[in-house]
Parts: sequence; C-alpha cells; structure tokens
Amino acid sequence: MREITYRQALNEALAEELERDPNVFLMGEEVAEYNGAYKVSQGLLDRFGPRRIIDTPISENGFAGLGVGAAMVGLRPIIEFMTFSFSLVAFDQVVNNAPNMLTMSGGQFNIPITFRGPNGPAHQLGATHSHATECLYANAPGLKVCTPATPRDAKGLLKTAVRDNNPVLVLEAELLYSSKGMVEPPDEELLIPLGQAEVKREGSDVSIICYAQTVPLALAAAQQLEEEDISAEIVDLRSIKPLDEKAIFDSVAKTHRVVIVEQDRPFCGVGAEVCYRIQKNVFDELDAPIMRVSQEDVPMPYNEKLEKAVLPNMDKLMAAVKKVCYV
Amino acid sequence: MLPEQRDEVEMLALMLLIRRFEERASQQYQAQKIGGFCHLYIGQEAVVCGAVAATRHDDYIITAYRDHAHALARGTSPEACMAELFGKETGCSRGLGGSMHFFDRQNHMYGGHAIVGAHVPLATGLAFACKYRNEDRVTLCFFGDGAINQGAFHEALNLAALYKLPVVFICENNLFAMGTSVKRSTSLKQIVDRAEGYDIPGEIVDGMNFREVRDKLAEITTSIRKESHPAFVEARTYRYRGHSMSDPASYRTKEELEKYRLDDPITRLRAQLTREGKLTNEQFDQLDKRAKKIALDSVKFAEESPDPPLEKLYNYTYANGATESGRPRPVEPAQERREAAPSPEKAKP
Repeated sequence: MREITYRQALNEALAEELERDPNVFLMGEEVAEYNGAYKVSQGLLDRFGPRRIIDTPISENGFAGLGVGAAMVGLRPIIEFMTFSFSLVAFDQVVNNAPNMLTMSGGQFNIPITFRGPNGPAHQLGATHSHATECLYANAPGLKVCTPATPRDAKGLLKTAVRDNNPVLVLEAELLYSSKGMVEPPDEELLIPLGQAEVKREGSDVSIICYAQTVPLALAAAQQLEEEDISAEIVDLRSIKPLDEKAIFDSVAKTHRVVIVEQDRPFCGVGAEVCYRIQKNVFDELDAPIMRVSQEDVPMPYNEKLEKAVLPNMDKLMAAVKKVCYV
Repeated sequence: MLPEQRDEVEMLALMLLIRRFEERASQQYQAQKIGGFCHLYIGQEAVVCGAVAATRHDDYIITAYRDHAHALARGTSPEACMAELFGKETGCSRGLGGSMHFFDRQNHMYGGHAIVGAHVPLATGLAFACKYRNEDRVTLCFFGDGAINQGAFHEALNLAALYKLPVVFICENNLFAMGTSVKRSTSLKQIVDRAEGYDIPGEIVDGMNFREVRDKLAEITTSIRKESHPAFVEARTYRYRGHSMSDPASYRTKEELEKYRLDDPITRLRAQLTREGKLTNEQFDQLDKRAKKIALDSVKFAEESPDPPLEKLYNYTYANGATESGRPRPVEPAQERREAAPSPEKAKP
C-alpha cells in the first residue's frame, strides 16, 4: 500500500483499463490536450495518443450519444463530464438511450459505457454548478451508480465500472480530488464490486449511513461523538445502485439507530430510499425514528455562509445523532 | 465503380412488401391488435429501399420511430416485425420495444428510436466505432424533417464533421413534422443547407424515385469508403397517411396528397421496368399477390405467437440478467441471437 490522491487513483484506473482493453477510449471536454479540467486524465494523451484520448467540443448531448452508439457495437467508451451538473444537458442520452436500449431491443444491445466526472456541491459554484445527481440517475432502471469517497474506492470502482457490461455512472467527489489515502500498489489488480458498501469505522450505538462527500464528514463526526461516549458506525454506501441492503441492515441490527447523511436534496433523495428499505425490512430493529441530514430544499446560493447553511454539516449531523440516541 | 447493385425487380418486390405490410398493420391497428403509437411509411418506400440497394448488408442502419420499413428493407422477417407490433415474444425486439423500437442486430439494424433527433448522436457513435476499428462500413442515419431543429442533431453533425466519420445523414423530408410544415418549423429555404453549416457535402434527391436515391447513395458511399467523411442527403418524399394512426392529417389538402400519389414510388419503378421490358404486368401482379400473402401470413404468425412471459420481466434491465439488487435471473435466450463480439485483433491501436 502507498498513499496517493483521489485524482491519481482515478488516473491510474483509467490508464490501467486503457492499457488492458483496446476497446476502451476516453472522450470528453478538455480530456486530452488540456490534460483534464481537474487533471484526472493527466498524461493519458501522451501515453495513448489522440485515437483513444479524444477532446470534444462543448456538446454533452452529442458526445454522450456518440458514446452510447459506439457501445452498441462493442466499444467501451469512458465519457467524462467536466461536471455532472453539465450531464443534465445530456440527460436524454444518459437516461433515455443508455439504460433503455437493452430492454427496447429485447436483449440484443447492452451498453457497456462509463460516464464519469465530478459530482455534488463544491465550493461557491452557485445553483447551476452544484448538482448532486445521484438521486436523479439512480431512478432510472438499467443504470448503475457509484459514489467513491476514498482514493482506493475511486480506483477500484472506476476499473470495475469500465469492465461492466451496463451503463455505469462513476460520480466522483469534486471536493475530494486532492484528498489522500492508502491504495494497493499499481502491480496489484484492484477491483471493487459495484453494490458493496464498506463499514469505514466500526461502532455500536448508532449507524451513520453516508457516501461520497459526506463520508469524511461522518468520520469526523464519529471522532467527536467518541468524546461524548457515543460509538458511531460509519457505513459508506460506495454504490447507490445496486444498493447494498445487507450491509445497511447488518449495521442497523447492531446499533438500532440510524442517521443518513447525504449530499443530495431531501425530496426523493437517496436517503428516502434507504430509509424506506430499513423500515420495511428491519423495522423491529429500530429503537428510534431514522433521521436524515441532506441539503436544504433550495437552489444552491452563492454566498458562502448561506451555502454552508444549505449543505449537510457537522452541527446538523451531531444534532441528528443525538436525537436518535435520545441524548 | 459502384458497388454491386441488387436486382431492381427484387427491390420492387421489397417496396411492395413494405406497402402491403403497412396496410395490414394499419388494419390491425384499427382492429386494436396493435397498441401504442403506429407511424406508417406508406409513400416513402423508395428512400430506404434505394439506400439499402446501394449499400452493403454489414453497413449500419439507424432510424427514428417510423421504422418498420427500415427493418423490412434490412431483411428482418415480416413475421418478426408484425409480432413486434403485436407485442409478442417472437417480435424483433421480443415484444418489449413496439412499433417505434425495432432492432435487429443480425441485420445491422440499430433501431428504431422514438425521441426525435436523439438517435443522430448514436449514429455518429456507430460511425466512430467503424473508424476506430479501421473498418470500411458506412452508417446510414435516417431521420425526418422534424429532427433537424433538435440540438442533438446539430451536435452530432458537428462531431461527425470534426472527426470525419463515415456516416450518411439522410433526412426523409416528407414536408411535415407531425402537423407542422417545414415552412413553419425551419428557417431555411431548403433543408440540405443545414449540412453546409457544418461543412458536410449535401445533396437533394427525389425521394419518390428509387433509382435516383440508389445511384446517389452509391456514389456517396463509394466516396466515403475511399476516405472517411460524413455526407448529408435530403430525400424529398411524402407520407400518404397521417403522422401516426391517430392523425387524420387535416392540415394537408386532398390536392396535395393526390399530386404525390400520382408520383408513387412503386408505380414509378414499375413503369420504368415495364418500359424497359424487364417486367410484365403478370409478373407485377404475381409480386403483389405474394407481398399481400406474406403480409397476411405475418398477421397470422403474430396472432398465434405467445406474449413475453411475465417471469422474464427483469431479464433485460441489466446485461447479465440480474436485477438492481444483484439477484441473478434465469439464463436469457436472447444471448443466442447476439453476434459474436468483434475480436480484439480487429482493433488497430
């Protein structure tokens, strides 16, 4: 194991998959000559050439659709959205074409495509550039959605996504690109299955279910809670769809109290689904109503203080935990 | 040199088959055997038949929702097409696609797409894959005059021109996008001028004339196979029926319809062949009789076919037949219909 950044981990995953399979190519805005808007594709043009690392004009609908078409005949495109906020321009391709094709064609055309890029609110980018799109995409049958929170998960999930025979969205955490973590050495194949959550910290009093940018927040909260004699278990979903129900239910059965901390919005957000499944399947395990901490239900304001107030934060999370623990 | 051209009498028979098939479909729709939307191609047959006659079977075809003829022209069996309209398991999309979503991998028919303009980027992707693999296939992308004002169309044309992709964009201009005439929807004197905006060579063809469509397409695809580039064809044609079965087409005059009927693509090719001594009236009647029988038989086949079983409802949501929660489903027979994946050696990195 060695310590690398989330950005480097993604870069390694891309390079390894491009190296392994000649059907894989990377396409998107500024991915080649500019080396990536967030430098995730740094050096890939030099290494793999312009046939496989392809710059596009600002035409998300066009190049997302190009990827879907190429995938129909067996290529394995990796389509980068400069941010998933821009994927909304290509919503029709991602939601209507990619995941529907297999059913509409009676099983003849699967779409082995990866859509990836930063997702979720970053820092003072305003309403149009701060979307957390996981709940939108998880709603479409046929799509898979993962949300890595650590460099190791970023590498392992992206590599798995590229090899999957379905459309997979790798929603990278924009604020975590420079974060560091331990990852297996490059000569060791790292594949993390989709649909497998990970307990990032063991605990016994309360389960904090989180993903992507809320994972570091939950881990920090757990440390503070420890000082107050509350032992929090941190369950990182890693994949939103498929959802690892077993990991969630196991943790609930252990702690009997649940707080879901999500980076998206409250109405029809990821937490609403998780909450429903917990009460439906392990209702008897619960000692308190489930709490959710999410964004406020408003378009993201630019002002820094207001933005902080909209996002899930330590105060809100601590308050929710204390509420379910009745302290 | 033009590619080997298919026998014209054979192509006339194909046009007749498409016509009779669609007449049957219309009748079955009215009898409520066919659900959803149903868009008929009657009147436009020379466009897809001309294009198919000029190209190879392994060239890719993709089209919009008025797609029955494109599948039939590509060799999808009339039985599988009618069964799809009936929503039966024996349909070309196993009864899961319906009228607007005909697919046939074996015959390189890549749909059947119902969101106007949304498949034009897919066509660039098919063409991209051909170029990526250094194949000399051409992609034929059909769409209507309504698609040319969609963003997806414009983005796709720009990408195709930028990457010099081997794709022919074929606009089947039947003068109406549902009930809106081209004059009321498009800020151009002629649709072909859209191509010029992307530096793509464009041509106008008489879409009621099989030979003209075929010869133009042969010329274009020969050029593309020599050196990859996109091309644009505006095929001027006319649909005799409304936009869909529920549309009485009251926005058009009887006179206009009659004018086009006099120029019918089947009558025209028949007259050409008769004049040249290549077809007798008896032979034509035989061809027509046969087309009618095939169409009728396809209805019988569709009626007798089973519905897709409820137990397979989740089979096609994910490629491995698994559900969202990862539970494996029974083995999917659709796999047998798939072509072997292209071998990696074919790709030239």
